[in-house]
Amino acid sequence: MESNGIVEKLREKFPDEVLADYQHLGQNCVLIRRDHILDVCRYLRDECSMNHLMCLCGVDNSTRTSTVDSFSERFEVVYQLYSIATKQMIRLRTQVPEDDCSIESITSLWIGADWLERECFDLMGIHFDGHPDLRRILTPDDWEGHPLRKEYPLRGDREWIGYEELKAKSKELSKFDFHSRDHEKGEHE
Amino acid sequence: MGQINKNDLVKIEDGVRFIPGASALVGPLNKIINWGRAGSIWPVTFGLACCAIEMMVAGASTNDLDRFGIIFRASPRQADCLILAGTITKKMAPVIRRVYDQMPEPRYVLAMGSCACSGGLFDTYAVVQGGDEFLPVDVYIPGCPPRPEALLQGLIKLQEKINGEQGRWSQMA
Repeated sequence: MESNGIVEKLREKFPDEVLADYQHLGQNCVLIRRDHILDVCRYLRDECSMNHLMCLCGVDNSTRTSTVDSFSERFEVVYQLYSIATKQMIRLRTQVPEDDCSIESITSLWIGADWLERECFDLMGIHFDGHPDLRRILTPDDWEGHPLRKEYPLRGDREWIGYEELKAKSKELSKFDFHSRDHEKGEHE
Repeated sequence: MGQINKNDLVKIEDGVRFIPGASALVGPLNKIINWGRAGSIWPVTFGLACCAIEMMVAGASTNDLDRFGIIFRASPRQADCLILAGTITKKMAPVIRRVYDQMPEPRYVLAMGSCACSGGLFDTYAVVQGGDEFLPVDVYIPGCPPRPEALLQGLIKLQEKINGEQGRWSQMA
């Protein structure tokens, strides 16, 4: 798909923010600095009619072996924008370092980014500055750790405290169950 | 009028007899109660994942659970069977336990599908490795998902289990 000059306009408007751009399978992708992501997104929305935020997700590159990209930091936040009017799509990639794991929230531009950013925070541990309500969304509120980080073990590093409580409670409540008399005989004889 | 002759009673099954014209059954209480319970298993309308789709199919006209007296109830207070239809996540587990706790006795639990039986292929941080970790499961139905016929067989197994019960009328201290 042709970029319709969006990438060029973006390069012209933000010469210092755009690090690189490329096409893959006809999809336009722009690598940009994270510091002014909000301004870049606002420009794309208001001036380039990229009015729909399709997707927002985090990426953990810590085990990536490919050296094609010039990215050096551990995390990435990827934005997928779409223009309902011109049917154009563009992908923005920003890198987020591990020691300062945060990026500006774009909820002021698209209210729909709210839950997407919460999911990214929940599973990746990336903080979104300026988010109105940055809580966990998929895991329980008192969960520890961020499960989609590469170092997180598949079965978790500890049991969730709420589940331990549930098992204890269900054991305690089992004394109120009705049992068949057969069952009781079997236990006592 | 007067005396009922033993030969007048109609034998329904072993030990259970029907008195013609009196709308009355004579038999052991266990048998009659179990007959009533097994013929009116009311599961709570409650699905967890893709198995719930198969459960809905089992309830629809082709397989028709109604003919077994199995009618889905939208409230746990009116239900006496909980079908664990799908993957049980740890976040969902306390909610399932609450639904179960709201059901009146006698109550039964069916684990439908690999996930509800053992966690299935989701051996991960977020998934309960079998509903029996926090609920007393009566019948396990394998399959991913089980076909409606398999769910029917599971419910028939539950009926068999209910029919074999003795004195499940109160809490045995």
